[in-house]
Amino acid sequence: MARFILRRVLQSLLVLLVMSFVIYGLIGLMPGDPIDIMVASNPGATPEVVAKLRAMYGLDQPLLLRYWHWLLAALSGDLGFSRVHSVPVLEVLGPALLQTCKLLITSFVLSVLLSFALGIIAALRPGGIIDGLIGLIAFAGISVPVFWLALMMILIFAVQLHWFPASGISNVGDGSLRDHLIHLVMPVTTLALATTGGFIRYVRASMIETLRADHVRTARAKGAGEARVVLVHAFRNALIPVVTVMALSFGTLFNGALLTETMFAQPGMGKMIYDSIQQNDFNLALTGLMFATAVTLLSNLIADLAYGWLDPRISLT
Amino acid sequence: MSTDTAIGPWRLRWRRFRRHRAGMAALIVLGLMAVFVLAATPISYLTDIDPNATDLLSQFDPPGNGHLLGRDEAGRDVLLRLMVGGQISLLVGLLGTAIAGVFGVFIGVMAGYFGGKVDAVLMRFTDGMIALPLLPLVIVMGAIDLTKLGFSRDFAHSGAVGFWRIVVVLAIVDWTGIARLVRAATLALKERDFVRAARASGAGAFYVMRAHVLPNIATPMIVAFTLTVGRVILLESTLSFLGYGIIPPTPSWGNMLNNAQDMVINAPALAVYPGVLILITVIAVNFLGDGLQHAFDPRSDQG
Amino acid sequence: MAELIGLDAISVQFTLGGGGLFGGKKRLLKAVDNASLTIAEGETLALVGESGSGKSTLGNVVAGLQVPTSGSLRFRGQTLTAATWPQARRAIQMVFQDPWSALDPRMPVSAIIAEPLLIQGTANAAERRDRAAELVEQVGLPRDALNRYPHEFSGGQRQRIAIARALAPRPQLIVADEPLSALDVSIQSQVLNLMRDLQHGHGLSYLFISHDLAVVNHLVDRVAVLYLGRLVEVADRAALFAGPAHPYTRALLDAVPRIGRKRARGRSIAGEMPSPLDPPPGCVFHPRCPKAQAICRSTVPALEPRADAAGHAACHFKDAP
Repeated sequence: MARFILRRVLQSLLVLLVMSFVIYGLIGLMPGDPIDIMVASNPGATPEVVAKLRAMYGLDQPLLLRYWHWLLAALSGDLGFSRVHSVPVLEVLGPALLQTCKLLITSFVLSVLLSFALGIIAALRPGGIIDGLIGLIAFAGISVPVFWLALMMILIFAVQLHWFPASGISNVGDGSLRDHLIHLVMPVTTLALATTGGFIRYVRASMIETLRADHVRTARAKGAGEARVVLVHAFRNALIPVVTVMALSFGTLFNGALLTETMFAQPGMGKMIYDSIQQNDFNLALTGLMFATAVTLLSNLIADLAYGWLDPRISLT
Repeated sequence: MSTDTAIGPWRLRWRRFRRHRAGMAALIVLGLMAVFVLAATPISYLTDIDPNATDLLSQFDPPGNGHLLGRDEAGRDVLLRLMVGGQISLLVGLLGTAIAGVFGVFIGVMAGYFGGKVDAVLMRFTDGMIALPLLPLVIVMGAIDLTKLGFSRDFAHSGAVGFWRIVVVLAIVDWTGIARLVRAATLALKERDFVRAARASGAGAFYVMRAHVLPNIATPMIVAFTLTVGRVILLESTLSFLGYGIIPPTPSWGNMLNNAQDMVINAPALAVYPGVLILITVIAVNFLGDGLQHAFDPRSDQG
Repeated sequence: MAELIGLDAISVQFTLGGGGLFGGKKRLLKAVDNASLTIAEGETLALVGESGSGKSTLGNVVAGLQVPTSGSLRFRGQTLTAATWPQARRAIQMVFQDPWSALDPRMPVSAIIAEPLLIQGTANAAERRDRAAELVEQVGLPRDALNRYPHEFSGGQRQRIAIARALAPRPQLIVADEPLSALDVSIQSQVLNLMRDLQHGHGLSYLFISHDLAVVNHLVDRVAVLYLGRLVEVADRAALFAGPAHPYTRALLDAVPRIGRKRARGRSIAGEMPSPLDPPPGCVFHPRCPKAQAICRSTVPALEPRADAAGHAACHFKDAP
């Protein structure tokens, strides 16, 4: 077991290292570079000055060498300054992370509750009308463009009905908890709706399979009540694959977070990364992307380990 | 030569598929959608309306007067732009899936057939791809400055390159699911006796892949391709919406929403139509995939 | 009779576990250990053993599906190398156990039968079609079978198709890996008779792999018995059935149910076959052998001639009653 964990951790670190190079290279290929931006705000700069600046920032060196220097600095904790915010990158990252956690956790919980309820109800009578209806809801959830769902939420609940604010995390001058919560309703609902569709299908499939399994039929034959059969005997076993899939869906969840945060102007990680790409804030974009990759790898790792831990039939050797 | 002595496997599948109501409905919806977007050219020709012609005196004209859904913020016919934009969105979906499919099938078959080190390296690679926060990376790839890769300015900014860049970017991020599925199917096939019989007769790896592996993984491939089309269409619309996809004036359902976002208060209808079309298309594609899966799975006969 | 194929000190080892960047501990499995055999032209040799004895692995070596770890193969007196294998392949074909897995479901029967000719590039499309038509009749199937697909046939018919496929390049040796054990008993004898008729018509040799000595009795000239990857006895059929020299062969014979004889209870082989990952020292059969002595636990017996010169056996007490 310890060997397995060690092996997976080492593998994940290797993937992270390779990805850091890929992301570094891609960011370097984006339009403009730091010197272009400096020059743009300083039209008097001669070509000689520009060349000197490039040498000073090491931008005339080959990609591999620049990456190596960045890696060494990053490993020692120096992730550079954010060009737009003019503070060290980590100072921008911290608050954004907190905001994203709020959004992700609440919408994840909501989506898990919704999908368990609907998935189990659908699995009770596969092929029935209710199953068909829930299937349609699930497919709609998978198929809807998240940004458009957000747009429709704004159109209906903010523009037409005036129930909820369309953007931001609180009204100016109002720091009350209630105000914060009201601002969170639409982003959380949007993200939860977008992720629930896939979850419902997994819960349903897993429940149908376990309800057919022998031990569940035995429990029924022994006269256990239907509710007990479904909730105790079947659900517990159906949980194993579902938990794995949910943990593996972090990447999707993060994509959704980027869109909901951008649409509802929530200052989280997703919006931060999107803005930094748009504003050529290279250090911030690089750090944000690396961080998101690391968290995704970590959640996949946890999913793997949890799977082995929940299901004793899988031997981790 | 005919095979009229018995029902071929494909006819059996078609029978099973026809019994899958949602799948059949999806097929019909997608057929109508294809007719809808392909009608753009003849309708534009017959009514003499150019979907790209702006008319600043007719901004936000309501429906009527030859324009069934009215006009957009630049005075262009909304219905016609929806049709042309649909062509682009569907084409990106199909082409992106085709490229992702070729790549994914190649990697999957290689990894599954050769196993060992090749498999380990390729599968670590797909694991890495799956672990990525895709959307921000796709945005970065959509933003890449091609002149930094040595292409000329004219080339980098031409419309065709803009279109193909999106197709390729979406293919790059969406081949992994296909590769995994194909690998699993190949692994199972490799141990079948007909493959061993061919090898005993002296068949090389490439003969086996072409003659035995590819024909036998056709069914899971078709399902995987179908579902990929849906995902690519969704991602294209997202990317175009964010401004890193299909570049206006060429319309796509995604970039039509980008424009509509700013005018959601004045002209909410402009934000509704393209989204509804994307939603209908992708739902239909997913139901089609579901139906195909049902038709191809021999176990679904009993259940 | 002239020797068709000869196996010289063939060993096959598999490495289990390990591999990958951070793989686990490696373990060595000796599937076949130092096996030497010959098959003459027109001869049928049975390779008999329990599952896990390495008989299929040895069959795969002969068919060219498995590269031996050490040892060599002779074909018509010539040692086979990477350069000479392609020639020999045409002369050696294989028939598999499971007729449901042995035919590609996506190919019509005509393409399946002619496939070896296509792979070896020895015939054009018209010749392949003619050969397939000829073979389909030889194995007793209707001619319209050619345009149909495998799923339309029964297990016995499928095995006939597989045999026709093996015959296509006019081979001299067919390696048949348990070709009957997936079939109904009533079908088994039909396929067995077909194989015997084909042998007479074509002058074929068979390497017939089986776990069932009863089946073997009807077809073969000689029997080779494999236990835990080692040949324990190789002898003429009649001599082997009349007087097995190795205790394991005797145990196998006793386990065969025969009409007119009650199955001797308690005489089936005691104990289970040890794991090939951890074979016992000395004679590999000693933990289950009723005759085992001290020498059996320490010294590996060599394959030496039987007293009646009808074959060889690897047992320290082969000539003791």
